Amino acid sequence: MSTTGYIAAAWVGTFAAVGAYAVWILRRGRRASELVPEEERRWM
Amino acid sequence: MIRDVLLVARKDLRLEWRSRVGVGQVLPFALLCVLLFAFALDVDRGVLQEATSGLFWVVVLFATVLVVQRAFAIEADDGVLDALRLSGLAPSAVYLGKVVAITVELLALEVVLWLAVAVLYDTTLRGWGLLAATVVLATLGAAAAGATYGVVGLRLRGAETLLPLLLLPLLAPVLIGATSASDVALGRSAGPGWPWAAMLGIFSGVYLLLGSVLFRPLMEDP
Amino acid sequence: MTIDPTPVAPVAPPVDVSPSGRRPAPTSTSSRATRILGALSLAGIVALAVFGLAITPPDAQLGETIRILYMHVPTVSAAYVAFIVTAVGSVLYLWKRSEFWDLLAASSAEVGVLFFALTIFNGMLWGKITWGVFWRWEPRLTTTTVLFLTYLGYLAVRRIPTSVRTRATVSAVIGILAVVNIPITHKAVDWWRGLHQEKTIFGTVDPEMQGTQLFTAYLGLTVFLLLFAWLVIHRFRLAWLTERAEERSLDDAIAARRAEGVEEVAP
Repeated sequence: MSTTGYIAAAWVGTFAAVGAYAVWILRRGRRASELVPEEERRWM
Repeated sequence: MIRDVLLVARKDLRLEWRSRVGVGQVLPFALLCVLLFAFALDVDRGVLQEATSGLFWVVVLFATVLVVQRAFAIEADDGVLDALRLSGLAPSAVYLGKVVAITVELLALEVVLWLAVAVLYDTTLRGWGLLAATVVLATLGAAAAGATYGVVGLRLRGAETLLPLLLLPLLAPVLIGATSASDVALGRSAGPGWPWAAMLGIFSGVYLLLGSVLFRPLMEDP
Repeated sequence: MTIDPTPVAPVAPPVDVSPSGRRPAPTSTSSRATRILGALSLAGIVALAVFGLAITPPDAQLGETIRILYMHVPTVSAAYVAFIVTAVGSVLYLWKRSEFWDLLAASSAEVGVLFFALTIFNGMLWGKITWGVFWRWEPRLTTTTVLFLTYLGYLAVRRIPTSVRTRATVSAVIGILAVVNIPITHKAVDWWRGLHQEKTIFGTVDPEMQGTQLFTAYLGLTVFLLLFAWLVIHRFRLAWLTERAEERSLDDAIAARRAEGVEEVAP
């Protein structure tokens, strides 16, 4: 792979991983908030 | 305080002496490792002689995991922890007692292991002052960190398999320091060896302090 | 994190007002603050990509590979911030015994582990270009890997089923021991590799950087700290919701047991 390829892999890989983690916790958060009464999830 | 420390240490060592787990299980395992390394690494090309101190300390770290597990398994029986809690002993005294006991057991093991390595790997032991300081300080450091994690395993049933993952990364500096210092003592590498021993001393001091402080919440928490 | 008990003025249209007369509670871990933070992070990422990939010139010594370091350096810095937050949360948990600090420590550690994994990933790609191999025993990379494993242990401890209090106490202790281990491992690995020092600028913003390169380095740091804050807030709220949901299911189970008991006794 060329230098450009490795640089692209670094940037895409980094933000793909952060994005995947973000989607994962956001979806789990939505599911969890259905199980919890309203007064427990009034965020600051 | 010192009396309490020695009380706990003596209790553990007496239990150990009676059960012979160290002599009957941990020591044979350590010797087995020495043998396995010989099978894994070519015995004819001098790899073993080159790597003697590294292999030695890897075996000691494995043995540390086993000894720590054992040191706290004897407390796991129902109510022993509660009894210790009610005994009026300061948690830090219990901790330091454990450290002393683990250190003594490991030191005994290391003496035998050095002899085994000297014979089997054809290593001439020398640099006695540095070697002795390294052995004592590295073992104390491993025991100091190990005892803290041992009680973690005691509080969390089912965490026994986790002890190596928790303890060994933390002991990476001990492995580095002890191996480098032993290499200097054995004449395998030039360069000063005492800074490594000093690093091991600092490691031990830091973890002894942390362990003494953190043992209280670990022990007293319901 | 506690819930604001004071009623909020109904800024939303009346249709959205819940029976209690307050604004409806969010059905996710998002709030206005996180949305702002998220938007800022996204804008920052775009700006970082523009600067890091297009505007900045190749480095005099590192060439194009400096573009990987624009990812590598901020992830490792943000990870260390994360582990310091974990340590502070651990100490404050042992002191105050409040759920908030325990969950904050846990959330921060998880995000830190993610960032450490990315640091190692980017470091290996950088190494492949620079050294021709993915791995060399470069001190910073080695230290990062040892510490990565240390914090995997922390996360593993948190997954062991036990009482909430025991889990919090044990993981607080491990969070403290792990952070103390950071400088020790650093020093030990540095000395260990001291004889074979390779040229590297891992782990810090190079003091010789100037102009747009320096700006991009600090932009990267800012972006990843914003991302860290955004991720930790969401992760914290998820942990909070999970705890509440578990309490509720436990309560329900107890209530169900009681009801059964009553039925058995009733006839």
